[in-house]
Amino acid sequence: MQIKKNIAVSETGFVFNPTTGDSYSLNQVGQEILGHLGENRSPAEITSLMTSTYDIDPPSFEKYFFDFISMLRQFELLDEENEN
Amino acid sequence: MEKRPFERPFIKKLQAGMPSKFGMKTQAEPITHIDENAVPELLAKHGSPLYVISENTIREKYKKARHAFTTRYPKVQFAWSYKTNYLDAVCRVFHQEGSWAEVVSGFEYDKAINNGVKGSQIIFNGPDKTDEDLKKAIENDSLIHIDHFDEMYSIIAISENSGKRPKVAIRVNMDTGIYPMWDRFGFNYENGDAWDAINRIMISEKMELVGLHTHIGTYMLASNAYKVAAGKLADLAFGIERKYGVNIKYLDLGGGFASQNTLKGAYYPGSDTVPSVDEYADAISSAILNSELNPKNLPTLILESGRALIDDAGYLLGTVIANKRLSNGNRATIVDVGINLLFTSFWYEHEVYPAAAVSEHMEETTIYGPLCMNIDVIREAIQFPLLKKGDQFVIKRIGAYNMTQWMQFITLRPNVVLIDTKGNDHVIRKQENMELIRQQEVIPDHLK
Repeated sequence: MQIKKNIAVSETGFVFNPTTGDSYSLNQVGQEILGHLGENRSPAEITSLMTSTYDIDPPSFEKYFFDFISMLRQFELLDEENEN
Repeated sequence: MEKRPFERPFIKKLQAGMPSKFGMKTQAEPITHIDENAVPELLAKHGSPLYVISENTIREKYKKARHAFTTRYPKVQFAWSYKTNYLDAVCRVFHQEGSWAEVVSGFEYDKAINNGVKGSQIIFNGPDKTDEDLKKAIENDSLIHIDHFDEMYSIIAISENSGKRPKVAIRVNMDTGIYPMWDRFGFNYENGDAWDAINRIMISEKMELVGLHTHIGTYMLASNAYKVAAGKLADLAFGIERKYGVNIKYLDLGGGFASQNTLKGAYYPGSDTVPSVDEYADAISSAILNSELNPKNLPTLILESGRALIDDAGYLLGTVIANKRLSNGNRATIVDVGINLLFTSFWYEHEVYPAAAVSEHMEETTIYGPLCMNIDVIREAIQFPLLKKGDQFVIKRIGAYNMTQWMQFITLRPNVVLIDTKGNDHVIRKQENMELIRQQEVIPDHLK
């Protein structure tokens, strides 16, 4: 899964979608995940990276990760067309 | 390397629009301790969910209320409203502070006696007093507040046999300028029913009319309504003095003072709109002092305040069970506190706080209880921090009515803990268990 290419993410966690004009804010963990997605890392890689940095076990992280992805999908920030 | 604390990932759409000129807090301040007791330790020791009552807060609120009235009126007596919270330990704190008891059923009456309250210091309100209840109250010289004529004639009949002259007051309902007007308790002032009741009592001579009582409503946001009520009661008392030469010993203004909880649908939070106890005291005291009553022979002012004295002392502690997304993408958090334990969530927007520090990120969340019932909603929409499964939280200001109107529904009721003035915790009501529930049930032989 990828973030749409035209989505701008600032260093402070501010997200801007130029297609819709909508903007969003992220917390630190969300910002890091978005960064990993931008670098085309797989969910497994992201889980491994995040659980080595943060105090959380992989199954719990996975649960929050996919919930986060569902929110990105809800906000139409994911590049679904180029998937698969 | 020590790992960093994890907060679930979060993205929030920024809404452009007119900012609120009043401003709102953007971060939820946690409640980590209750009277020096750490929330996680309380939950570890006594289980989750858990009711916690602060004895310190009860005593402080009581003293503040008492001070507000005694500095304005010479003779003041508080009577603890049992129905608001009749856990014996709570009642005894109020009685230690000098409160009488205000009860509305035979069950509550017996509780008050059991708590060591003198019969003559029990005010017996309520529309349902059985003959047995009335006999007991008459025998103990309790103050019986008559709700309807049927009750009055029951008292007359009982007193004829007992040889005692019951001490009674009449409950008076009236128009105090608020809507809805409470007219279901007692006798109406405006249509003359109240005078009718007074005349029948005075003429029968079987009872001693010692007081006049009113309870104008609950969660009253207008202190002026009490001014009107106190004025009308004082007017009745003066009329009785003039007509019968009898001094009414007390005026009982009932309860109904609001706590700072926010009512559902209210535009401003309760902390901004609820009158202070001083405002209530000022309204009531000035109305009596400015009435035609002789200042040398003023009646005692009785107050049956419940909610305003106990709500702040109660906390409900709990744990997050799960998070999920609703069909519209909104966050829903399921917690182990349901409407069975928080009856007041039907009319309050309860304040819910995390029990540990959280980041500044909050998300609009629906908080559901654990019951398999669609109506089990603690908050429909609250800006709530990103709590995870197992995180703990504290619901503030729940001391009134929840420990009497709670339901043994789907699950059992948890422990109630009192933190004393030295910070020690005491279980004052044990959590229920299966044995307790089953011992009340009887299985007919054919189903055994």
